[in-house]
Amino acid sequence: MTYDESLKQLRERFGADSVATSEFRDNRRVHVASDKLFPTLKYLKEACGFDLLAELSGADYLHYPDAKDRYGVWYILVNTNDGARIVVKTFVNDPDPRLPSVYSLWHGADWMEREVFDMYGVVFEGHPDLRRILMPEEFTAYPLRKDYPMRGRGERHNFPELTRAEG
Amino acid sequence: MPLETLERVGLEQSEEKDFLWTLNFGPQHPATHTTLRLILTLDGETIVKAVPDIGYLHSGFEKLGEHLDFNQYVTIVDRMNYISPVANEIAWHHAVEKLLGIEITPRCKYIRTIFAELMRIHDHLLCCGAAALDLGGFTAFLYAFNQREKIYDISETASGQRFHPSYTRVGGLLRDIDDDWIAQVRAFVRDFPKAHADVCRLLNRNRIFIDRTRGIGILSKEEAINWSCTGPIARASGVTRDLRKDEPYLAYPDLDFKVICAVTGDCMSRYLVRMDEMLESIKIIEQAIENLPSGPINVDVNDKVVVPNQQAVYRSIEGLIQHFELFMTNRQWQTPVDEVYGAIESPNGELGFYVVADGTGVAYRARTRPPSFIHFAVFPLLMVGHQVSDVVAVLGSLNIIAAELDR
Repeated sequence: MTYDESLKQLRERFGADSVATSEFRDNRRVHVASDKLFPTLKYLKEACGFDLLAELSGADYLHYPDAKDRYGVWYILVNTNDGARIVVKTFVNDPDPRLPSVYSLWHGADWMEREVFDMYGVVFEGHPDLRRILMPEEFTAYPLRKDYPMRGRGERHNFPELTRAEG
Repeated sequence: MPLETLERVGLEQSEEKDFLWTLNFGPQHPATHTTLRLILTLDGETIVKAVPDIGYLHSGFEKLGEHLDFNQYVTIVDRMNYISPVANEIAWHHAVEKLLGIEITPRCKYIRTIFAELMRIHDHLLCCGAAALDLGGFTAFLYAFNQREKIYDISETASGQRFHPSYTRVGGLLRDIDDDWIAQVRAFVRDFPKAHADVCRLLNRNRIFIDRTRGIGILSKEEAINWSCTGPIARASGVTRDLRKDEPYLAYPDLDFKVICAVTGDCMSRYLVRMDEMLESIKIIEQAIENLPSGPINVDVNDKVVVPNQQAVYRSIEGLIQHFELFMTNRQWQTPVDEVYGAIESPNGELGFYVVADGTGVAYRARTRPPSFIHFAVFPLLMVGHQVSDVVAVLGSLNIIAAELDR
């Protein structure tokens, strides 16, 4: 189903004012509130045929011009039958950034959600195994947040120092 | 950490389950190719559960992307999938050019297309050669690497660097190609099918190779889509999806080629899809090199996006101003305050960059959609029920590049 048809169906299903859209180049985006995220994605998958979750990631909009919310998470869906692409975007905020996990819809979200959790600290509720994926498990910070410096003293204090004899 | 593993995989170490034991595979192991770690739970030699533990090569590429400008970051994306570096560069600048709204010149499109296809051959040769090497076939590996050496030479002639060419720039290329390069590509197109046939003759009907790969690591079409697989891995499972056809970019709309698919989804069909894709790539290169348009490689200097060449900087005031504008950290590119996702069909699958721009010449967020990362997530699913020795066969067929996996 094409983007326009899907959008029309979404509006019928969830109400005309609940689905905001924006466009840039060939990217067509649907903005939804975090509490409507899961029903929207489920509807897009089951009724509109967007069966491939091509990409899931996020960004920290702390210093972004005119941004109101802190963490943005995007889901790029593809319909493998006709190649239609749609970007679903949502925002969450401190102190408790939480989103529903879409693992039950697309298993491909497994590691991608873990990466967002690892890098930004966004918790995906219902994820079967939400652990850090790239950083060590002892790591306490979220390195891609904008308040985490690119250069600094490092994280050495987070790890125990072992001597050769102990190791 | 290995001590907790049994708990994490949900198997109680009780009386009934004490025949299970845990095998640590990697992170330093010759058959993992790069730094990967697997924690395998075994029943005898049968794998009950495989848990990948990644991140050993994590080096903060995406954080660096938020601090380097659009042209500087190309040297970092080079190092993601270092097996096909120029494909990453093309993907990065594809996304940046989409953000800036630049239409690159026809000559640049064709050169990038030729490079993209050379990189596909580059990557597939490593994958197929190493798959044979892991299963004991050393000769095929050497035949493959002999051809990869030719592609390194082609990269060197174009850019001066064999391994990490950093050949693309915003709105164009580092420099134009010369006749020597064209001669090298033509020689490669002429000689490659013979080497390809040699590898095919060594492996396609090889009893050991077939026994080790046929029916191993089967990924069904539904699973491939549900686990977000793209590229040769999805196509080997019957997903007829190729961004070169579905969302044409560069010069692909002008060129005639086929999308190679299989239906079985096992290691053998992944190998066969890759082998056949190489021949299609050769067809594309042949068409592109014979129809190479003349003209400039960079977009016009007055568009204020491309780094002017030395002649323009020294001989014209526009060039000089432009050079200053792009290299002074408070000027650089003027981008829209918006975000864009641009993806290409890299040798491994959909390689995309999600660029969030805040109006400056440095990306606010440069997210990579790394195919290796997404394909490695499928690994536990493929491994269950197979033997320990099948780990290397499946790992080889997924073509996991750890630098891209961990970024």
